[in-house]
Amino acid sequence: MHELPITKSIYQMVLKHAKRGNAERVISVNLEIGALSDLQDEWLQRYFDYLSRGTIADGAKLIIDRVPVAFQCNHCQQSFEVYSLLKDDLSCTQCGSREVTLVSGREYQVKNLEVQ
Amino acid sequence: MEEIRLIDIKEEILSDNKGLAEKIREKLSQEKVFMLNLMGSPGSGKTSLILKTISYLRDRYRIAVVEADIDSVVDSEKVAAMGIQTVQIRTGGFCHVDAAMSEKALESLPLGQLDFIILENVGNLICPAETDTGAVKNTVILSVPEGDDKPLKYPLIFTLCDSLVINKIDYMDKADFDLERVRERAKVLNSNIEFFPLSCKTSQGLEDWIAWLDQEISSFQRGRL
Repeated sequence: MHELPITKSIYQMVLKHAKRGNAERVISVNLEIGALSDLQDEWLQRYFDYLSRGTIADGAKLIIDRVPVAFQCNHCQQSFEVYSLLKDDLSCTQCGSREVTLVSGREYQVKNLEVQ
Repeated sequence: MEEIRLIDIKEEILSDNKGLAEKIREKLSQEKVFMLNLMGSPGSGKTSLILKTISYLRDRYRIAVVEADIDSVVDSEKVAAMGIQTVQIRTGGFCHVDAAMSEKALESLPLGQLDFIILENVGNLICPAETDTGAVKNTVILSVPEGDDKPLKYPLIFTLCDSLVINKIDYMDKADFDLERVRERAKVLNSNIEFFPLSCKTSQGLEDWIAWLDQEISSFQRGRL
């Protein structure tokens, strides 16, 4: 739904760094996006293709690394990943406590670019 | 063929927005104006909660409202009818308010003559969660007819808000809605969340919400946030 403004932000960042690095062409963009985000990979790519047409980033592939949702237990400090929040059974895998803190899953980062 | 190189970036995708949001918060703190970002589904009661909140707090604080809507002015007309200064942001198809939009809205308000601004975000539980508006505190409003599974389906927004209002508790006997379950589902995602079950229609539970808000606004104005 809101992929366009976010892709625009990615696109501007890519162009800035590619130009600064004297790149002639951007081959791929590595992104790190937390699994809590509802961004759709397909739409990010489509909007990126649209925005980058005719620029040095034209044809670049977005490679999206989804960072799993992970929590840390407030009691025993155990860290654990959660693959589905829909199951409603979120509790510490070691001691069973439901007092936990979200430690990853909200990442939103451009990691690096592959350029020529 | 020229060799392939790697350029390291490690930069937040929305860092520009984040930077601008921080600037807005700084400005609000200098002017001692508290801004609340209210998010929730269409029909959850965002505008009703705003109208109720105004009626409780208008004697204590100078209030203005920023209404974001994709393309209508219905909500801002209701607020303006109470004699409250209102700024309309038409997001023009955008599904959330970003810092640039709220900065623009704030420019048209006399900050020096205000204590409290309520920003009504665009109605949905997905997009507003990803974008910092520059607000001091964030509240999600969820209503009983929507169901108690929303924290499971849209977890991100619940991880980011400071308080959760459950509206339409007068509907409770007509719906399969377990208040305790919602509280637990939200708490597990965000242990700091404040929880306010209420009904904008009957005013039941409103005092706690108003007391929380009053406390947040006054400590912000005293520079304790």
